[in-house]
Amino acid sequence: MKPIQDIESVTIRFAGDSGDGMQVTGNQFTITTAIARNDLSTLPDFPAEIRAPAGTLYGVSGFQIQFSSEQVHTPGDAADVLVAMNPAALQAGLKYLKNNGIIIINTDAFSDRNLKMANFQENPLENGRLKGYQVFPVEMSRLTKEALETVDLSHKEKERCKNFFALGMIYWMYTRSLDPTVQWIEKKFASKPVWIEANTLALKAGRNYAEATEIFTTAYRVVKAKIEPGIYRQITGNEAIAIGLIAAGEKAGVNIFYGSYPITPASEVLQYMALYKNFGVKTLQAEDEIAAIGAAVGASFAGNIGVTATSGPGVALKSEFMGFAVMVELPLVIINIQRGGPSTGMPTKTEQADLLQSLYGRSGEAPIPVIAASSPADCFHTAYEAVKVATQFMTPVMMLSDVYLANGAEPWKIPDVDKLSPVDIHYARAGDAYAPYRRNDKTLARKWALPGTPGLEHRLGGLEKEDVTGNVSYDPDNHDKMTRYRAEKVARIADFVEEPQIYGEPQGDVLVISWGSTYGTVLTVVERLIKAGKKVSFYHLRWLNPLPHGLETHLQNFKKVLVPEINLGQLRQILRSRYLIDVTGFNKVRGLPISVQELQAEIEKMIEEL
Amino acid sequence: MADNPAVDQKSAKANFASDQDVRWCPGCGDYAILAQMKKVLPEIGVPREKVVFISGIGCASRFPYYINSYGFHTIHGRAPAVATGVKLANPELSVWIITGDGDSLSIGGNHLLHLCRRNLNVNIILFNNQIYGLTKGQYSPTSPVGKRTKTTPYGSLDTPFNPMSLVLGAGASFVARTIDRDTKHMAATFKRAAAHKGCSFVEVYQNCIIFNDGAFQSVTDPKIKQENLLYLEDGRELVYGADNDKGIRLEGLKLEAAALNGPESRNGLLKHQETMPDEAYTYLLSKMTERPDLPTPIGVFRALERPTYDEVFMQQIDDVTQKKGKGNLKELFITGNTWKVD
Ligand code: SF4
Repeated sequence: MKPIQDIESVTIRFAGDSGDGMQVTGNQFTITTAIARNDLSTLPDFPAEIRAPAGTLYGVSGFQIQFSSEQVHTPGDAADVLVAMNPAALQAGLKYLKNNGIIIINTDAFSDRNLKMANFQENPLENGRLKGYQVFPVEMSRLTKEALETVDLSHKEKERCKNFFALGMIYWMYTRSLDPTVQWIEKKFASKPVWIEANTLALKAGRNYAEATEIFTTAYRVVKAKIEPGIYRQITGNEAIAIGLIAAGEKAGVNIFYGSYPITPASEVLQYMALYKNFGVKTLQAEDEIAAIGAAVGASFAGNIGVTATSGPGVALKSEFMGFAVMVELPLVIINIQRGGPSTGMPTKTEQADLLQSLYGRSGEAPIPVIAASSPADCFHTAYEAVKVATQFMTPVMMLSDVYLANGAEPWKIPDVDKLSPVDIHYARAGDAYAPYRRNDKTLARKWALPGTPGLEHRLGGLEKEDVTGNVSYDPDNHDKMTRYRAEKVARIADFVEEPQIYGEPQGDVLVISWGSTYGTVLTVVERLIKAGKKVSFYHLRWLNPLPHGLETHLQNFKKVLVPEINLGQLRQILRSRYLIDVTGFNKVRGLPISVQELQAEIEKMIEEL
Repeated sequence: MADNPAVDQKSAKANFASDQDVRWCPGCGDYAILAQMKKVLPEIGVPREKVVFISGIGCASRFPYYINSYGFHTIHGRAPAVATGVKLANPELSVWIITGDGDSLSIGGNHLLHLCRRNLNVNIILFNNQIYGLTKGQYSPTSPVGKRTKTTPYGSLDTPFNPMSLVLGAGASFVARTIDRDTKHMAATFKRAAAHKGCSFVEVYQNCIIFNDGAFQSVTDPKIKQENLLYLEDGRELVYGADNDKGIRLEGLKLEAAALNGPESRNGLLKHQETMPDEAYTYLLSKMTERPDLPTPIGVFRALERPTYDEVFMQQIDDVTQKKGKGNLKELFITGNTWKVD
């Protein structure tokens, strides 16, 4: 037995060619790690190209996981371990690796041709380029083929099992059981027994190799984390959105109508929604972005809950309909899964630069409530809440996610269906004396009158409405009144939704305010700084419009306020103008999440300079 | 779902006039269209609460305000998109799209095409006045080449769209044309459109008395219209003229007008068939308006049933539900790999 060393947390990055099965490998490691009761967070890193040629740098597919005996909020800045299946994976992966990090390399893929494609002039295994790392060169392809000698598969097919060989090695390194993956293989290849045999053999061979050979000296153990009891599953942001929408529809007892047009990174939500027709979900792949929201608005008029999802450029096209939805006061959810912009920008890279677009990107005074998800699993709750507010207040609601949340995954504690909060709808009923724009005293919402109901016939449209009757009106005072009603209705949402809690002390040196997917990074940093005795607190905004009542007081209770964002300071600008208070920004627009390290350094510097 | 479920006797007498003041220019062709629609609606057998009028932007698009049913005055060009959502949310509704040449052939061209190809069971009435009225007189995608308007002071250069050819090409299953001045024909055409199961497209030649008066004079002026109009009737030869003394023949791949004098001359006259599966014939009919030597056909060009989008859409939901069983949230939540922490 080799020695086992306890460690708190580890970040591993699996990287290989698109065809090397890195996503499967990463996902298997994730499940096994979850079952071993570590907390974790993952991020796949797909190539932007659909079918990139083998061996190229732009064809590298990566998967990063951070797991820990403590709580984990991000997939980790930099990796402790890089598994590189070919030279391109090594080249592309090095920048994610910590100094003195571990590299496990499939040396069989280090042919001259592959080296050249990966922009290595010389073999990095031989020229000292990897000095400062702990390098473990392994002939994975050859060893896998040898292990599968008796299996009835071609050489090429056998070689394809090398990702399981690599996984077997990593399982040994982190003292993991092979069982969950063996079970998965048996289920996955139930109809192809030869592949069960091959993959299982490769997995075991990898484990045995690590155990038996001299090259690995230590195995590591990450002890169980304190995790809330419950049933869990891995979930990506996009899948969580789909499930959240369906859950809200079920709770409301109303069909979800999901109109969408394919766009990266939102298409996946449409793909999920289209699967769930047995929940009465209606999906329309519309002819364009405008038709997608138009159909959703039409569906809402006729009594379904209209939903559409897209990314920034799609929101730009939908903005006229969003203004229209403000005017006709119908429930509607618009989901913006943000990506790098402007224009086509960087469709597969993350960014938070559509906040101002969400808040203001329409003609006229057209306030729309905006809610942002903070983690992949939170996309479930956010989508659910967006539907809830849309129906309760008869308003379009904008939900923000981003590429990072869409593709990232984390364990999701499966909620109790019976405990999900109710989705309120106020219908006008046949026989009511119906006035289309008569409002509820508290919410200011008008009632929903569905076509097909006798006696409630009415006309809605984009022209200004007379208060109460909804007739077309150009009266100056009426317009002023209606404009204020629309604003006030959205403002009142703050009285109904849950206020965020401040993390840390209610006063101190630095208050960090964030929104959206930077949540995990900020929380990690603030946790660390508090542990280190710093007077730092954290306030995360879930609703960006309306802002929570408690925000102003919090802003005043700290010497400095810092807003980290993946944009040039959009929330900062809002806070400054709204509360007339100085706010500092920490802004990176690199298509990547803000790293824990850089943010921590920034806050430490800030405290020093106080 | 057909457009006309069980006839509701009470609503048959219901008045479809709303309490709103009608605000079109005096003498506008829209009045006649509204009058005929109000006359026809009680006769199609759909109760008022199941009727929805949806429009975009333009003079025509004010229409829903004047009908006492459900109405939705949406954004420029997008009524077909909204109608798609309305119909799929509740396929029992009788959905009418009111649009103009600018609304549906310019800014909303894309939606019109996709509505036709999907064959959603709705009715679309296009008021074609060959001009932008609401914005005060700019040329439209159906204005003829050379048209002088405020934005084309030296004459328009754009080749106009032929709305009929366009929707036929997009697969509309019911295609008809009528004229605001021919009220009986218009009422009959609306009824046919309502009765057709599928996407019914009706082009109405509509006179804009303010900005394009007389655009359709050749087919509305009693003195000359007989010579310029060809009434399409299913199963009847293509014959026209004050004395029915002219007919249409196919010469090669072209239509030709022929003088009818004596029984022999009727040989080879085309006989109108609304259900002609071969699109070539209907397409040739649609092109007649581009030929100065041929009359303008009005009536039903095509009425060919094929599965409607709303029908197959709902059917698929039923089929999947049958196969998978009605969705259960608890099961959905625990799909995939789960693990328990206690
Ligand atoms: S501008 Fe023309 S189309 Fe518009 S209402 Fe006046 S006459 Fe009718």
